[in-house]
Amino acid sequence: MTGGVATGKAGPNAAGLRRDARGERIALFGLSLPALALVVVTMVIPVAWLFWLSFFADDGSMSLVNYRRLIEQPSYRRIFLATFEIAASATAICVLLGYPLAYFLSQLPQRLANLCMIGVVMPLWSSVLVRTYAWLVLLQRQGLINGWGMKLGLWDQPLTLVHNLGGTLIGMVHIMLPFLILPLYGSMRAIDRDYLKAAANLGAGPTQAFWRVFLPLSLPGLFAGGLIVFILCLGFYVTPAVLGGGKVIMVANRIANDIEIFFNWGAASALGVVLLVLTLIILWAASRLVRLDRVFGGHGP
Amino acid sequence: MSWLDRPVSETQITNRSRIWLYLLAAVVLAFLVLPTLIVIPMSFSASQYLEFPPRQWSLRWYANYVNSPSWMQATATSLKAGFLTTLLATPLGTMAAYGLFVSRLRAAKLVLPVLLTPIIVPVILVGIGVFYAYVRLKLVNTLTGLVLAHSMLAMPLVVMVMSSALKSYDMNQEMVALSLGPSRPRAFLRVTLPQIRFAVVTSAVLAFLTSFDEVVIAMFVSGGDNSTLTRNMFNALRDQVDPTIAAISTVMIVISSLLVVLAQKLGKSR
Repeated sequence: MTGGVATGKAGPNAAGLRRDARGERIALFGLSLPALALVVVTMVIPVAWLFWLSFFADDGSMSLVNYRRLIEQPSYRRIFLATFEIAASATAICVLLGYPLAYFLSQLPQRLANLCMIGVVMPLWSSVLVRTYAWLVLLQRQGLINGWGMKLGLWDQPLTLVHNLGGTLIGMVHIMLPFLILPLYGSMRAIDRDYLKAAANLGAGPTQAFWRVFLPLSLPGLFAGGLIVFILCLGFYVTPAVLGGGKVIMVANRIANDIEIFFNWGAASALGVVLLVLTLIILWAASRLVRLDRVFGGHGP
Repeated sequence: MSWLDRPVSETQITNRSRIWLYLLAAVVLAFLVLPTLIVIPMSFSASQYLEFPPRQWSLRWYANYVNSPSWMQATATSLKAGFLTTLLATPLGTMAAYGLFVSRLRAAKLVLPVLLTPIIVPVILVGIGVFYAYVRLKLVNTLTGLVLAHSMLAMPLVVMVMSSALKSYDMNQEMVALSLGPSRPRAFLRVTLPQIRFAVVTSAVLAFLTSFDEVVIAMFVSGGDNSTLTRNMFNALRDQVDPTIAAISTVMIVISSLLVVLAQKLGKSR
């Protein structure tokens, strides 16, 4: 589609028209400047400022002490490792739960599938905090799950289901699952079913047709969904803070502690910068494997 | 039973051999939907602890909520912040999406990624960065500061929704209008905007919910008389499980659901 700019056809006025068109294009471009200014002032400059800050020690001298600490102190290394482990586990669980559901939904008649998709997106309507609270209520010692488990005789002592890693993972998977299912379901719907018919015709059993034909075709959607889940998991703060009970410290929680408890801006900034850089590296590496506009659904003009 | 052995799907698999898939799908769907919904009946419990199903029903936790000046103040702040964020982010994001889409300058390709960055940058980093900047700008604990930061967070969503709406809109219609004489802003408002209004409503709802549900930035830059509902809830959650929060959660679920349903209704009545 054309951008709707008068293209200068040869004619007496061509040069003038071209100049007008160019002026209008610049004016139209100007419409984006207020939004750009907002993002630059409230995000780009503050984050750049933190970046600058991360190169100063407590006494105000310029140094790499904040970064050296990240490498030398085992506690920081543990936090990064834990963050990656948690993000990877949450992503893996999301894939294990989300893939079968997306597969099932992609084979339902469109109307029924749309109805079920409401269930998939419904959690997105409510606040992360509300959902985290719901899990706290369900999983605590006198909570619903323990109550039902003991009533059914599955276990006799209340289990510790929350304020630990397990509770945190449950909460994170619940929040992230829609982000996996949405792109995955979309890409599964787009798969041409005739490939499967062809596979069946050529003698593939259902299992073989799935593994050899359907699964490979659904991988781009799975990759896109898994990537967004993993990246968003790296920055999680609220869920580990509430469901982790102080035992699950991810990078974001450590950053908040450094600010709130130790007032150590340099250390917090360095952590934040490393987290951001790691995120960007992962995105960059992923963009070499798959087109990123699949992940964000954003489209260039 | 015959339907169990009937072949389904193109691979000729029978229902019987994939009944596990149906069960698993049902369990995962229940896992997604039920936990949030279960808070609603529990919030009407009369007992000191949250029960499901409640042995006795009451509105005591709602009374607790409504009679608490600090919860009421926080609710007012959250609603105000959400409303103002919608008013700021929706027009700015729509203007940006339209301008970048139509102008086709090379610079547009550079601006768009910047507008989308707030999704990628970890929100904790944005939170402390905004806090650090606001201390100097004297915007900490102000509604203005909160609304500016929330509008920035909402910007990628508005820009993405509006861009994809413009992509599927036939821009030739605006061209035709333009050729009939009105100015560009008039052509946009009279011809284009009415056709992409569902996307505008969707963006507005997303912007409101972004602000209304946001915790991390609010934790750093809202406080005192301007602390938000989520900030107070978050602080309360770190201490104990107060059933009042079940009541507040229910109110929040109702507000969000109403907005989403409203957006759907407005979108259909073309």
